[in-house]
Amino acid sequence: MDRRTTIQWVLAAGAASSLLGPRTSQAGPVTAWRGASGSQGYGTDPNLLKVYRPGDFWPLTLTAAQRRLAGVLADLIIPADDQSPSASAVGVVDFIDEWVSAPYPDNQRDRPIVLRGFAWLDAQAQRRFHKDFAALDAAGHKAICDEICDPARAAAGRRDAARFFALYRDLTAGGFYTTPVGRKDLKYIGNVPRANFDGPPAELLSKLNLP
Amino acid sequence: MPFVTPKSQQRAYDVIVVGSGAGGGQSAYTLCMDGARVLMLEAGRHYAPETETPMFQTPDMAPLAGVSTPQKPFGFYDATADGGWTVPGEPYVRATEEQAGRFEWWRARMLGGRTNHWGRISLRNGPYDFKPRSRDGLGFDWPIGYEDVAPYYDKVELLVGVYGSNEGLENTPNSSPGCLLPPPAPLVSDYLVRQRARHLGIPVIPGHRAVLTRAQDFKRVPALLHPGNTKAQKILAEAMRARSPCLWATPCGRGCAIRANYQSTTVHLPPALATGNLDIATDAMVYEVTLGRDGRASGVSFIDRKTGTHQQAAARVVILAASACETVRILLNSKSAQFPHGLANSSGKVGRYLMDTVGSTVTGQVPLLESLPPLNEDAADGHQLYVPWWLYREQLAGKLGFARGYHIEFGGGRRMPGFATMQGIEWLTGGSYGRKFKEDARRYYGSFVGFDGRGEMIPNESSYCEIDPSVKDEWGIPVLRFHWRWSEHERRQAAHMQRTFGDIIEAMGGRTHPAVERDGAKAIAPGGSIIHEVGGGIMGADARSSVTNAWSQTWDVPNLYLTDGAVFASNADKNPTLTIMALAWRASDHILERMRRKEL
Repeated sequence: MDRRTTIQWVLAAGAASSLLGPRTSQAGPVTAWRGASGSQGYGTDPNLLKVYRPGDFWPLTLTAAQRRLAGVLADLIIPADDQSPSASAVGVVDFIDEWVSAPYPDNQRDRPIVLRGFAWLDAQAQRRFHKDFAALDAAGHKAICDEICDPARAAAGRRDAARFFALYRDLTAGGFYTTPVGRKDLKYIGNVPRANFDGPPAELLSKLNLP
Repeated sequence: MPFVTPKSQQRAYDVIVVGSGAGGGQSAYTLCMDGARVLMLEAGRHYAPETETPMFQTPDMAPLAGVSTPQKPFGFYDATADGGWTVPGEPYVRATEEQAGRFEWWRARMLGGRTNHWGRISLRNGPYDFKPRSRDGLGFDWPIGYEDVAPYYDKVELLVGVYGSNEGLENTPNSSPGCLLPPPAPLVSDYLVRQRARHLGIPVIPGHRAVLTRAQDFKRVPALLHPGNTKAQKILAEAMRARSPCLWATPCGRGCAIRANYQSTTVHLPPALATGNLDIATDAMVYEVTLGRDGRASGVSFIDRKTGTHQQAAARVVILAASACETVRILLNSKSAQFPHGLANSSGKVGRYLMDTVGSTVTGQVPLLESLPPLNEDAADGHQLYVPWWLYREQLAGKLGFARGYHIEFGGGRRMPGFATMQGIEWLTGGSYGRKFKEDARRYYGSFVGFDGRGEMIPNESSYCEIDPSVKDEWGIPVLRFHWRWSEHERRQAAHMQRTFGDIIEAMGGRTHPAVERDGAKAIAPGGSIIHEVGGGIMGADARSSVTNAWSQTWDVPNLYLTDGAVFASNADKNPTLTIMALAWRASDHILERMRRKEL
């Protein structure tokens, strides 16, 4: 991940300072991050060649009911279509469980937003349809999600829920598009060794009126 | 036995080099190739890019899709081990927590230091950059000029392998013929930036990076670099043949197992070790330069981190290349009756005039780049093209309101999707979800172009580091306390960057989100965060106002040299690494000559 990617992620996550060490109100020693909630993270020198799975460094913590809701919501955001399978089919529930269970500051910040969001969805579903969110039909899901899918248009009483939905969409997209299936969906064809790099084809450049 | 422990270390060396990055690597290379016996001390662990680099690993194989965390601040697969904005057991102190006074200290604790992960951008300082005070009355002139360093820029480019082109632009020097490797082809987004920026009068030219776009000429270059030294020529030819050209995939920041880019561990250290003249001790945390009765440096004291024991090493010459601030820390912690305020600090200038690069970023979304056909745009990992500073005349005439320039690094393309690639795009999609979101992702992927300004900071009296009176690290070594201030020059420059990037994006038919920042104080990245911190031991024309002379040799202690960024008397917009290497080579030549004359 290059510096620009890091900066983009910082901006996307709205966490402009958390990467740059702890921020306190008064001057004092700047010390290394120490683990929270029982986990010390993966350390400052993990083996980079191993293939890791969610749960390898810290236990996954979502309940069975939360994981069911997590999968339903992830698939509402990224469902199967004619080009690729759904988010849950490629392990996004495990990814989100890994994310909200991780000890790092950004994860600890996101965890209560996600858990409160899950509870809010169930409460809404119960109030309006007398069922848990995961058990709703497509019309019920649409009725609730349409109200919170755009933070810019959400009603005043829906702002927190809309912020949760935006975060959850980011986590779902972050989990999905980093899988082999997600890369293929975006038609990413790199990460293969080549003898040469010749740049874009001439016909594409001329179509775009580029010299 | 090239990798030594305190027990297997020789009793005396010609030169001790503290640090193994760009400055230490180049110093050891130059000295060993000409026969000097060198002990290199590296505070971090041994590191072998050939076997440790995750070349083709994908984010799904990493925890948290490989995102940045406090333990791996540039992402899981970044080459940096045991380093970052904080280092366990090694705190530092900020004099204030005000945002305007914020300084971030990046450190690497590994063989090769930060050269393992750096951006490989390799720009030469120009003639103005060595004489800035003569030009605009601010800051300091260096005691050397471009013509003194130019031959060493040529040598470093030939040795490490730098791609680029000679454009003959103002204060943007050409390399000598045959030094540069050919630049890589631009991406679609690069062509678009170039076309539209030119409409605004902004030049866009090939970038310069330490990446082999083709194999090095092992038959021609060794004789140029080591005339009359057949052993060195043979060793270098072998080392060059062991490097492969770029395979046009995988991010350079992970390091490179095939040695296609420059890192000290793949380019400087292998030939230096092959001479038989280099011993390297890792996990050797130097904290003091020891002083002999003759007033000369006698060696160094260090902590062997594996055993926690205090150790000594002796040599005729000591080179500090521990990174600018760590070098300052070692000097200030080396107190004696002769130097009660720290070694080589009779001027009181050790730690003063700390500088970083002014950084500011804008990202644009460009409809012309939406829904492009599949393209493999991994290329050479960025910086195919860049914008050198172009407003010298307007600036000198006082029309800009700030005194020094910046260059623009930019990049787009259909790069490997990461955790953030499709995040935060509600401003484009209206909050779509479901099938529409998948269609939106396909449409917008690859349509973003990011612009990073990298500008010159003028040294000031309020930006410096000193030893904190109470805080110590886990070995009991006193730590640094940082003071930081930007001046109006830097804040206005950052605001100018934002306006310019907005103009270029608009000229591309694109949009920015959020809108460009007009307040320079908000647009500027915190001090240290661009990781170009230099100064603290600046070179100058006299012993009262500077720490070293024109040869990076300390005024006070003739056998003590600084070959990292500490000696920079100004911090041009050009990324410092190439200049660090050129000055380290030059200082090492000076040491060799003085040793031959028995002056050292």
